[in-house]
Amino acid sequence: MSTAASGGNTVEVRGVTVALDGRTVLSGVDLDARAGEWLTVIGPNGAGKSTLLRAVGGALSFTGSVTIFGTSTADLARRARARLVATVPQQPTVPPGMVVEDYVLLGRTPYIPALGRESAADRAVVHRVLERLDLTRFASRPLARLSGGERQRAFLARALAQEAPLLLLDEPTTALDIGHQQEVLDLVDELRRDQGLTVLATTHDLSVAGEYADRLVLLAEGRVAAAGAPAEVLTEELLSRHYGARVRVLPGEHGPLVVPVRW
Amino acid sequence: MTLRKRWFAAGLAAVAVATVAGLAFGPVRLSPVGVALELLHLHSGLTPREAAIVTELRLPRVVLALLVGATLALAGGCYQGVFRNPLADPYLLGVAAGAGLGATAVIAVKHNAGSLAVPPAAFGGALVAVALTYVLGATGTRYRTPATLILAGVAVTSFLTAGQTYLQQRDAGTIREVYSWLLGRLSTAGWHDVLLMLPYAAVSAAVILVHGRSLDVLAVGDEEATSLGANPQRTRVLLIVAASLGTAAAVAVSGLIGFVGIIVPHTVRLLVGTGYRAILPLSALFGGAFLALADLAARLVLAPAEVPIGVVTAFLGAPFFIVVLRTVRQGSV
Repeated sequence: MSTAASGGNTVEVRGVTVALDGRTVLSGVDLDARAGEWLTVIGPNGAGKSTLLRAVGGALSFTGSVTIFGTSTADLARRARARLVATVPQQPTVPPGMVVEDYVLLGRTPYIPALGRESAADRAVVHRVLERLDLTRFASRPLARLSGGERQRAFLARALAQEAPLLLLDEPTTALDIGHQQEVLDLVDELRRDQGLTVLATTHDLSVAGEYADRLVLLAEGRVAAAGAPAEVLTEELLSRHYGARVRVLPGEHGPLVVPVRW
Repeated sequence: MTLRKRWFAAGLAAVAVATVAGLAFGPVRLSPVGVALELLHLHSGLTPREAAIVTELRLPRVVLALLVGATLALAGGCYQGVFRNPLADPYLLGVAAGAGLGATAVIAVKHNAGSLAVPPAAFGGALVAVALTYVLGATGTRYRTPATLILAGVAVTSFLTAGQTYLQQRDAGTIREVYSWLLGRLSTAGWHDVLLMLPYAAVSAAVILVHGRSLDVLAVGDEEATSLGANPQRTRVLLIVAASLGTAAAVAVSGLIGFVGIIVPHTVRLLVGTGYRAILPLSALFGGAFLALADLAARLVLAPAEVPIGVVTAFLGAPFFIVVLRTVRQGSV
């Protein structure tokens, strides 16, 4: 697995602007993620969080530049990019009838020749990932029949099978209850430490964002409104201005805790 | 032996049984054992006349049925993967109607349904049809279900069939040639038809069969497939062209035989699960066996008269389609 380029930045986003259906969703966004860092993008609905992740992952066209490990994504072939960046989308497609092992094997696509078949090494990676995510016993079960938490682990497993040093997670815990949210996030954090992954995530849950991220980027109306350590971004003033939310920010062990309050 | 290998063995066995049955039964009933031995060039005990019935009359017909069935089932499985739509089928998408229009246009000019120009013309018509159905049914509308594509296919089929009917009615010579072809030309099949279809079927099958894994990747949708390093747009165009080529060749030599492309791949899916690397080759084997047996039924039920084979497949396929449609609604396919 390759590690970060000498500059220390895994991802450099410069002036990224995206227009979808004639509407400007992102305008002039800059962002840096350092190697091994967990960077979480927060922001109200429609701020452009998912769009930013999709731009970094190469899923849509944009103006500006995205550089991953020192190479502009515009210069990366699809397969080369897929070896560097793995994405867990907000709502991954669940192919009807596909079993977990075959689904995770899809993560090996960038390593398998276009018309070839997977090698023993590819199979070994899949088995290792299944083992690591405690999915071995579900290997031959259809993905559609797993519970929410198990399925989220399977989505993560496919991304890990790509063995990419940059992991993009678009609201990885939205569909989960609080226990499974923590299970998945702890798992991602462990994997990040074990394998030196860089994590770029989005979330709506501000306390979770502060607990797990090294740094936060607050997007509002397609622009970066604030960036920095959780304590700098999760302030009552910023959250009230950009979310229109009434919150108390309390000091926590790992980061500020954001609590919604009534008048 | 793994489960998949067992199904491959079963598929080969089905082809062998269908072949021997297709050769043995008919106006002159022959011993299946004798037929099998004759096929293997062993001492069969058949009289020279019986041997001639097997090799000259029945064999080209059975081989053509195997070829057409395999091609249509493969095309159906391929369309289902490419469109991520369990209802996709060469006939329901309008591809066959497009091929029919192309073929009729050539027959109208040449007055010969066996012309070498029929398959290329059918291919042109098939490509126009699938492009129309795709544009109308799979793009543009934001809220679409698997049925949307099929409704677009129905509209395209009606339109192209109207054009085809107009062409065939313009003069009497065309009508007769077109009818004999439309009703399924398996009944008059000779080695000429087999040779006419073979190159197209071989190219189509080769392209589709090597893309089994690509179709599995397409199952997660274009955006995710792209993020996995695949090129879904290019794969889709290539496979649509390949499946339409096979369909066109099948239509050119055998007329309109529906539902094979939906019955066979779905049955195979029930047997072996998802995974196009198994579904595609098994669909080809069972598709061939299925059509050869359907052709046998077409010959036997009203013997000595023949039922058009398209009637037999529709009789089995239409109820099957309803079952698949209901499963789709419940979201389990």
